[in-house]
Amino acid sequence: MSEKRLLLGDEALALGALHAGLSGVYAYPGTPSTEITEFIQKNTLAKERGVHSRWCTNEKTAMETALGMSYAGKRALVCMKHVGMNVCADPFMNSASTGVNGGLVVLSADDPSMHSSQNEQDSRFYGKFAMVPIFEPSNQQEAYDMMADAFELSEALQLPVLMRFVTRLAHSRAAVTVHEAREENPFNPDKDLSRWVLIPLNARRQYAKLVSLQPRVESSAAESKYNWIENLGTQKHPLGIIAAGIGYNYVKESAPAGIPILKISQYPLPVAKIKALASCCDKILVVEDGQPFVEELVKGILGADYPVIGKLAGRTGDKANTIGRMPLTGELIDGVLPRMGELTPDSVAAALGVKSSSVYSPAKNVAPRPPQLCQGCGHRDVFAALGFIADEFPDSRIFGDIGCYALGFLPPFRALESCVDMGSAITLAKGAADAGMFPVFCVIGDSTFTHSGMTGLLDAVNENSPITVIISDNFTTAMTGGQDSAGLNNYEAICLALGVEREHLHLVVPIPKNMEQIKAIIRKEMMYKGVSVIIPQRECMQTLGRKLRSKKQE
Amino acid sequence: MKLDIKLCGVGGQGILSIATIIAEAATEAGLYLKQAEVHGMSQRGGDVQSDLRLSTELIWSDLIAKGGADMILSMEPMEALRYLPYLAEDGVIVTSSKPFVNISNYPDEAAVLAELDSMPHCVRLDIEGIARDNGLPRSANVVLLGMAAPFIKLIEPQQLRAAVARIFAPKGEAVVAANLKAFDLGHNHSMNQ
Repeated sequence: MSEKRLLLGDEALALGALHAGLSGVYAYPGTPSTEITEFIQKNTLAKERGVHSRWCTNEKTAMETALGMSYAGKRALVCMKHVGMNVCADPFMNSASTGVNGGLVVLSADDPSMHSSQNEQDSRFYGKFAMVPIFEPSNQQEAYDMMADAFELSEALQLPVLMRFVTRLAHSRAAVTVHEAREENPFNPDKDLSRWVLIPLNARRQYAKLVSLQPRVESSAAESKYNWIENLGTQKHPLGIIAAGIGYNYVKESAPAGIPILKISQYPLPVAKIKALASCCDKILVVEDGQPFVEELVKGILGADYPVIGKLAGRTGDKANTIGRMPLTGELIDGVLPRMGELTPDSVAAALGVKSSSVYSPAKNVAPRPPQLCQGCGHRDVFAALGFIADEFPDSRIFGDIGCYALGFLPPFRALESCVDMGSAITLAKGAADAGMFPVFCVIGDSTFTHSGMTGLLDAVNENSPITVIISDNFTTAMTGGQDSAGLNNYEAICLALGVEREHLHLVVPIPKNMEQIKAIIRKEMMYKGVSVIIPQRECMQTLGRKLRSKKQE
Repeated sequence: MKLDIKLCGVGGQGILSIATIIAEAATEAGLYLKQAEVHGMSQRGGDVQSDLRLSTELIWSDLIAKGGADMILSMEPMEALRYLPYLAEDGVIVTSSKPFVNISNYPDEAAVLAELDSMPHCVRLDIEGIARDNGLPRSANVVLLGMAAPFIKLIEPQQLRAAVARIFAPKGEAVVAANLKAFDLGHNHSMNQ
């Protein structure tokens, strides 16, 4: 029996995985992937079956735990935003060597245009790097359907499968036809033990096996029902299009009828289909969201003489591109499509030579409205308490981290001076202190601290580095919408266990009436030539508001 | 037949609830639908927008092209202006006329409203004032939806009204009644224009 449901792309992935017999989802929240795990956490079938869905401490623990579930024979899903792939790269790469037992799908949601991210890295490179199959849905229906196929392929090849998603699909809703749920796999631990022990003796054999599997990985994509050619007649066309993932939709939105299109949603690239398209076209335009992954490979497949245009080549070069919210002059770097930023129906139409243009000019009376910390947010009071540092110690720095509090960089605070990657506040501060900076501060959120900050703090403790660490604890992973934080309010105990001295560890409540007390603690601790930790603790206004509202309803 | 709506406002004003109601009505009416929205950091008091596309035919792109929006539906007047490059030539703007000022460089209010009024098709109303005066302080967004109803050509106003009732049903009869009243207030305003 099948039915239609209106689903976000993320929800379609989640339901697809559940209906494919999922036994556990392992994830750390990250926009735009968060709603996948949240959907499974609330789903009735998942609850009935006891599907694992609790948040993990970071993407590496998520990836490894999922691999353990696969070892035991069950189907597991790992979800993250693109930069999470960097955190779990070690187990991800090595899972291609061990191989899997129960199906294992790794979902990475990329964020072209950096709507909520620090970079635009394209996860397809990781799939190629690890030599595993990659799926890239072009719409919500494929997101649902592909989960079942990805798990099947993972078990057939005994390899993890990477699924690459993008923001505009993750957070876009459409009707999806869904089917009945498959049973979960039985508990069935792997009998082949040696493949999981990657000492060089076994690792060489497993890598040889991975290499020898490549023809099957390639043929699975070559024969994939998600890769097809349209409008390939007998006569020669001036232009053919290779459209990957969501790029296919923008092409279909504006491409003139009859133009040959090769749609790609599964990798490695289907070489025969690319050559078939090239042989009946004078030129190929590659339309893909993210980095020019396909474009570069297609150039290699077709040779230097065959004209391939896309993000790298084919620039007509007279206009500035508007990328996301930031006007950039792309004259030197862009191809016929912009190098940076997500694809839009406008940029693809322009690349196809089809006019899509504004009727009305931008309004005169519009000002930017950047996001800001909520009124009443505890981070605001933390930044207020740190306000004197910039004035009194101009050579000092406050290193920041990933989370709502990164907004402390913006006016009115201007209180943060770095935001690089999860956990980096503490380690950047330590490095600057090693170089002679004093006093040195860092601000990190509770969830970011447990994600990747604890190990850096241990480094600092071991060298008794002169840094003042502020763990701004709002009891939740706030920026992604209030998911449970892994530290469970045990930050004091964690810091003590890592070796922070009792007399240099302070818990405070960041409210205006405590401001003088907090400032006094900061002034005292910043002069201490060793590690100090101050933990301002106050619940996130958003999660607090939700709790109060749901109480009121009861 | 298609109808592309650029929904916009400030994070927390309830534009996604409007999108949910229209989507519910469109699904019930058997229309194709795509609705792209923004989650994450930009929700925190920043500008937010959602592309809502309805059609009797299959829809490809999740996003609306420039010059393609049949309607800008906005909870805030300056936010309505932000998306003018997306408005189709005969597109209509349905917006709140009450500025939400959380930035220091908010433009002159009279200039914002004058620029809106210079557009060929613009309906604006102090939806928050109307909602408050009628004892419906949390339903300003549904007043706006009611205002927009006559312009959402692919769906009958009665179908939208029924969707309002279905969406709020889990919150109880009082909430449903309040939102139906809000819808009617907005709808009557547009019909009397």
